[in-house]
Amino acid sequence: MKDISPGMKENGMENRPDHRVIYGSIEPNSRVLDLGCGTGELLSILMRHKNARVQGIEMDRHAVYECVKKGLSVFQGDIESGLAEYPDGSFDYVILNQSLQEVRKVEYLIREALRVGDKVVVGFPNFAHAGARMMLGLGGRSPVTSSLPYLWYDTPNVRFLSIRDFQLFCADRGLTILEAHYLGKAGPVHIWPNLCARNAVFILATREKGEHR
Amino acid sequence: MDSAPVKKEKTLCDVGIVETLFHTFARAPHELQLEYGDRIGPVTMAYETYGTLNADRSNAILVCHALSGDAHAAGIHAGDENPGWWNDMIGPGKGFDTSKYFVICSNVIGGCRGSTGPSSIHPGTGRPYALEFPFITIADMVNAQRCLIDHLDIEKLLCVTGGSMGGMQALQWAASCPERVRAVIPIATTLKHSPQQIAFNEVVRQSIIADPTWREGNYYDDGQPEKGLALARMIGHITFMSDRSMEEKFSRRLKKSTPSFKFDADFEVEGYLRNRGESFVKRFDANSYLYITKAMDYFDLSGGKLIPQGRHVDTRFLIISFQSDWLYPSYQSQEIARELKGRQVDCTYCELKSTYGHDAFLLEVEEQTELIRHFLSTTSRGLHSWNGNGNAVRS
Repeated sequence: MKDISPGMKENGMENRPDHRVIYGSIEPNSRVLDLGCGTGELLSILMRHKNARVQGIEMDRHAVYECVKKGLSVFQGDIESGLAEYPDGSFDYVILNQSLQEVRKVEYLIREALRVGDKVVVGFPNFAHAGARMMLGLGGRSPVTSSLPYLWYDTPNVRFLSIRDFQLFCADRGLTILEAHYLGKAGPVHIWPNLCARNAVFILATREKGEHR
Repeated sequence: MDSAPVKKEKTLCDVGIVETLFHTFARAPHELQLEYGDRIGPVTMAYETYGTLNADRSNAILVCHALSGDAHAAGIHAGDENPGWWNDMIGPGKGFDTSKYFVICSNVIGGCRGSTGPSSIHPGTGRPYALEFPFITIADMVNAQRCLIDHLDIEKLLCVTGGSMGGMQALQWAASCPERVRAVIPIATTLKHSPQQIAFNEVVRQSIIADPTWREGNYYDDGQPEKGLALARMIGHITFMSDRSMEEKFSRRLKKSTPSFKFDADFEVEGYLRNRGESFVKRFDANSYLYITKAMDYFDLSGGKLIPQGRHVDTRFLIISFQSDWLYPSYQSQEIARELKGRQVDCTYCELKSTYGHDAFLLEVEEQTELIRHFLSTTSRGLHSWNGNGNAVRS
């Protein structure tokens, strides 16, 4: 990890290795859009400690109230239709953390995110994690794990992807992976990420943007 | 400065007894220039204030009223028990907390509740203006408010807010002089009236105009066109409610145990509408209703007129709409948010749950309070991410 965040404990990041990774990857003074920002924990930290100019989009009204309490600006609405009005390059980063698995028009959304943002941060639970494989392969049950905590009849998730799936998707669509972070329960995972990592965080750019770096 | 001495009542968590104040300006030859070319003067603005202006004059909030509102937004007048129209939102500890902020509310020009309007005396003729009154726009209303804010010696407002037509004025403030407003809170409003909204206003106007006692607007010696104005208001009240709220409020209940089989008000909903119509004619001028509805119809800040391309604006926005409001539906508030997304403006949008229809901005106190209180607090302390320079404060 690039950076040990200030005030990690009081910001609640000690339980969120994904937030720590994203926090470490985002340059100071950036313009950040968080799609599915929830109650705004990550944006709030980026605002206070990275001097970021932040904007969120979130469906849940009560989560929006929490964002307003934190001084964040947020649009209540659907992330799939929320990007169209932004001009190209409106943000330095567009974050899609733990929301991609709930999105129907995945490819469209990632394209749109790469249009309005210079880089796109994508974080998702790894469906091919060992625990999930055990439950499905040996138990014959739909996986319920700490990163995929929902029962089959009550899940917001509509996409069930693995780290390998996403890497192939990026290769196929000509997207450059600038950074890849694989996370276990407590921190980074270095070996066999598609088996050992519960979550992954990728930082993407279009091939053209990626080549400029 | 002649702000109202606000007496606090001990028992009520309220601003207590208040009085309406008046400011007259634009005397000849410095008449107020109106958007459509006419000039008008002198202009009187009726206004009220609640709370105390702080030493650096940075805590002022301008509250703008809707079509039939007035300057009496909070507290009570001596000898009267009816509180102001937004009393639930303005007061110590309320959404617009008068223990922290200095709240101003003025009657719009074109109105009839103390500010200059068609029922005021034309200085040239010594008689009421009637239809001699020039056409006014939302921008003219805001321009007149700006004169009042200058008079109160306030350089920059912390916030301009209002619901419905009040929200149009808040948006117009952001368009006309964003440098004088730190935040705007447009509630249940729109950038422009849809054909449906214009249609309702036209029916409302025609019901006044069709009343023979309207007399081309010259009714001031003979009394108001009461039938027409009451009907206009009845139509309005239908549009302010929702199917669900009417079901909850009246259902099909009868006023008496049996129907009359005459054209009396049998159903409670009929009685309610008649009652609202009858009480309205006692307090509102028919010509003002015509002028103000027309000003709402002419209002149009769509297509980049809210924030022109390339203009840098530091004003923060909190846009609020309500689920059951079919008169100013949420898509119109989302349209405002969409305009701002393309302009790098700090903007929050939230649709609140309500069954009250358009009336929700007056009735849904709890959730509005929650949002507004925190929004104002972070704005006034500069604890937000787009705090003027595009840079966040470091905590």
